[in-house]
Amino acid sequence: MDTNQYLEMFIDESKEHLQACNEHLLELEKNPLDLAIVNEVFRSAHTLKGMSATMGYEDIADLTHMMENVLDAIRNSKIRVTSEILDVVLQAVDYLEEMVMDIASGGSGKKDVTKLVESLNRIEVGGAVVAETAAAVVLEDKGSLKDSLSYDGYEMTVISQSFDQGFSTFEINVKLRDDCLLKAARVYMVFEILEKSGEIVKSEPKVERLENEDFNETFTVALITKEDADVLKAKVLKVSEIESVSVIPVTTDYLMRDTSEESAEETESITPTIIEEDAKKGKRNSGVQSGNKTIRVNIDRLDVLMNLFEELIIDRGRLQSIASEIHNPELNETVERITRVSGDLQNIILNMRMIPVETVFNRFPKMVRQLARDLNKKVELEIIGAETELDRTVIDEIGDPLVHLIRNALDHGVESPAERVAKGKPEEGTVTLRAYHSGNHVFIELEDDGAGVNRERVLAKAIKSGIVTKETAETLTDRQVAELILASGFSTAEKISDVSGRGVGLDVVKNTIESLGGFMSIESKEGQGSLFQVQLPLTLSIISVMLVELKKEVFAIPLSSIIETAIIQTSDIMNAHNQQVIDFRGNIIPLLNLTEIFEIPEQNSESDGYQSVVIVRKGERLAGLVVDSFIGQQEIVLKSLGNYLQSVFAISGATILGNGQVALIVDCNALIK
Amino acid sequence: MTDKLNQKEVKVIVFQLLDMEYAISVDTVQSIEKVLSITRVPKTPAYVKGVINLRGIVTPIVDLRERFGLTPKEMDDSTRIIIVTLDEYDVGLIVDAANDVLDIPVNAIEPQPAVVGSIESDFVSGVAKVGKHLLVMLNLDKILEPVKRVTSDGF
Repeated sequence: MDTNQYLEMFIDESKEHLQACNEHLLELEKNPLDLAIVNEVFRSAHTLKGMSATMGYEDIADLTHMMENVLDAIRNSKIRVTSEILDVVLQAVDYLEEMVMDIASGGSGKKDVTKLVESLNRIEVGGAVVAETAAAVVLEDKGSLKDSLSYDGYEMTVISQSFDQGFSTFEINVKLRDDCLLKAARVYMVFEILEKSGEIVKSEPKVERLENEDFNETFTVALITKEDADVLKAKVLKVSEIESVSVIPVTTDYLMRDTSEESAEETESITPTIIEEDAKKGKRNSGVQSGNKTIRVNIDRLDVLMNLFEELIIDRGRLQSIASEIHNPELNETVERITRVSGDLQNIILNMRMIPVETVFNRFPKMVRQLARDLNKKVELEIIGAETELDRTVIDEIGDPLVHLIRNALDHGVESPAERVAKGKPEEGTVTLRAYHSGNHVFIELEDDGAGVNRERVLAKAIKSGIVTKETAETLTDRQVAELILASGFSTAEKISDVSGRGVGLDVVKNTIESLGGFMSIESKEGQGSLFQVQLPLTLSIISVMLVELKKEVFAIPLSSIIETAIIQTSDIMNAHNQQVIDFRGNIIPLLNLTEIFEIPEQNSESDGYQSVVIVRKGERLAGLVVDSFIGQQEIVLKSLGNYLQSVFAISGATILGNGQVALIVDCNALIK
Repeated sequence: MTDKLNQKEVKVIVFQLLDMEYAISVDTVQSIEKVLSITRVPKTPAYVKGVINLRGIVTPIVDLRERFGLTPKEMDDSTRIIIVTLDEYDVGLIVDAANDVLDIPVNAIEPQPAVVGSIESDFVSGVAKVGKHLLVMLNLDKILEPVKRVTSDGF
C-alpha cells in the first residue's frame, strides 16, 4: 500500500494522540483511581497502535502495544497506578514522540525500544517497577504473578475459611500446547481431574469462555484441596497436549495483598459513582468540543490567501484614490463598502493564523514533573491563559526560550522541600505560567515562589565576572540587580547542573525574545520568588516599522529596534578613528551612513547642515543610522526575499507598500556588531 | 528541456537578447510581464536588478544580458520580464523582447557547438534550428543558481 499520502495525516494525528496521552497520564497521577482517564489513554494508545501498524512502523506499534497491556491491567485493577509506573509509561510516550518526530523529519521511526518494552512488561507482570538488581527475581516470578487471580469478597471468605479447616488453596496455571486442537476438551479434562481432588473456586478466564475456546493457551484456576501441590501437578500433566503446569500455594499473606488493595478501593467505592458522573460530564464537554467542526488547512494555503488579500488591499487603495478624483457618489459608496468588507476579511484571515499558546504550553506539565523528580523537589505547575492566541510565527519560536525559563525556575528558583519547610513555606513549590493579551502584545509570565534573587550573591558574582564594577554595583536598584542574571556569562548556581546549564542560558533566552521583537524583564523578591515577564508582539508577520527615504529608495526599519529619531547638525558629527560618532544624550555612539552601506547611487545631494538620524539598538548597544528623510510609521506585512537571494547583508526581508512597490526591511542587528 | 527530449515536440517561449534568439520550455514559464517598478537590493551581484511585487509575492529579477556578460541596455517598451518557476523559487528574467511561442521538433535540437556566441557554455543546453531561426536553449538551473551572501562585512 502506498502510505505516503497518509503520512502527514499520520504524523499530525499521532502528535495529537500522544499529547492526549501525556495530558491524561498526568491527570491520572492526580486521580489514580479514575478509570475513565485510563480509558482515554487506552483509546489514544490503541488508535496509535493501529495507525502505526498500518503505516508499517513496527517499533511504534510494539511499544504502544506494551503500553496498552499495562493500561489494560490498570483498567482491570490488576495493577495500581503509582508514580513509578507512570514514569515508565510517560517515558514510553516520550519515546513514541521521538519516533514520530523522526518520521516527520524523514526518518524511519526506528528506535531501540527493547529496554522500555521490558520494563513495561515487568510492570504488567509484577505490578511494580523494581530496581534493576531485583529484576531477575521478578522475571522468575513472572509466571506466578502474571496469572495470579484476584478474588472478590465471597471467594476470599471461602478461601480463608478453608484455611481454618485445614484445606490449602492452590492457583494452578495450565499452559496448553500451541498445536492443541481440542482446547475446550482439554480444559474439560483438567477441570474434571481437579474437581475430583477438591473444589474449584475461581477460574480465569471464566468457565464459559474456556468452553468456547475463547482464550489463549493458558488458563488459571484456584482450587481448594487437601492434596499436595506436586500430586496435583502430576495429575494435571496426565492430560495430553499440555505444555506446562505450575502450582502456587495461596497463602494468607497473598490474600492480604489483595485485601489491602481491595480495601483501598473500598474506601473509594463511595466515590466511583461521582467520578463516573464527572467522567460523563467530561465526555459531554469533549463532545461539545468535537461538535465544533474543523478542517485542517495547510499553512501555505493561508499564506497564499494572505498574499492575494494584500494585493486586494493595494488595489483597494488605488480604487480609493481614483474614486476621490472622479467624485461619483455611487462609485464612492461602492469603494466604501469594499473597504469595510475587506477590513473584516483582514481580521478573519489574521485570526485564522492564530493558534492558542496551549500548543506550546501543553508539553510543560510533563517536563516539570520529570524535572522535579530529577531534582528531588516538589513542584506544582499552574497554567493560566493557555487559550491565549498567538500568531503561529511566534508560537514556533517561543517554545525553547520558555523551556529554558522553566528549567531555570525549577533549578535555581524553587528550593528543596527541606529548605522550604525550614523557611516556613509549603513543601510543594508553585510555578505559575501565565499568558494574556494586552494591547498589541502578548505577555507570558513565569512566576515561582522560590528563593528569588539574592542581591549579594548576584552582585558578588557580577563583579567577579566583570559585568559590573564595584562602584556601580552600589548604585543599582534591586530590579537592576535581578536583571543582571540575564547578562551573558552569568550563572550563580554554585554547582553546574545539567538542568539549567552552565550560565549560557538566560542571556540566550533574552536575545531570542528580543530577536522576536519582544522584551523580557524580571521582578524578584528575595525569599519570596521571582517573576519573569516576556512581552511578545501578537504576530511576526505584521510588524510596525519606520519608513525612511534614502535618495529615491524607501527602506523600513523595525520599530522594535528604534530608540528614537533625531535631527542633528552636521557640525555635531565627530570623527573617531575613521568612524563618525555623535554625542547622544551623553553616550558616544557610532554613526552609520545607510546611503553608503546600501551602495545607493549618489545623486548630488546638497547638505543643508542637518542630518536625519534614526537611533537603533541591539541589546544595550546603540548606533545612529543616517537617512535622508523620515516618511512615517506604518504597519507592514513581512515577506521573505525568497530562496534565490540568500542572506542579503543587513536586509531581513521585504514588504509591499501601499503603492505596490517593494520596500526592504533593514536588519539593525546585522549593522551593529 | 532534456527530459522532454523523448517527446516529438517541445513548446518553447522564444525571446531576444541583442540579436540572438533564445528559448526556454514553456513549462517553466509562469508568466510574462511588462516592466514593473523594481526595488534595488543592495550588495547583490550586478545582474540581480532587485525585487518586484508580483501579485503579492516578492520576486527577484535577473537581467539576462548582464548575467551573460552582454552590454546592458536601457529598458524600453519591448522589454519584458519572463517569470520562471524553478524547484524552490520564482525568478524574473529581463529580456529585450519576448517574441513567440513555438513548437520545436525534438530532433531539431542539437547539442551545443563548441562555441556559441559569447555565452558561457554551461548556460546552454542545446541549439535548435527552426526554419531560418537559430534558437539557443537555456539551462535555467545553472543560470539561476541561488545567490549566496556576497559581502558579509559591510563597513
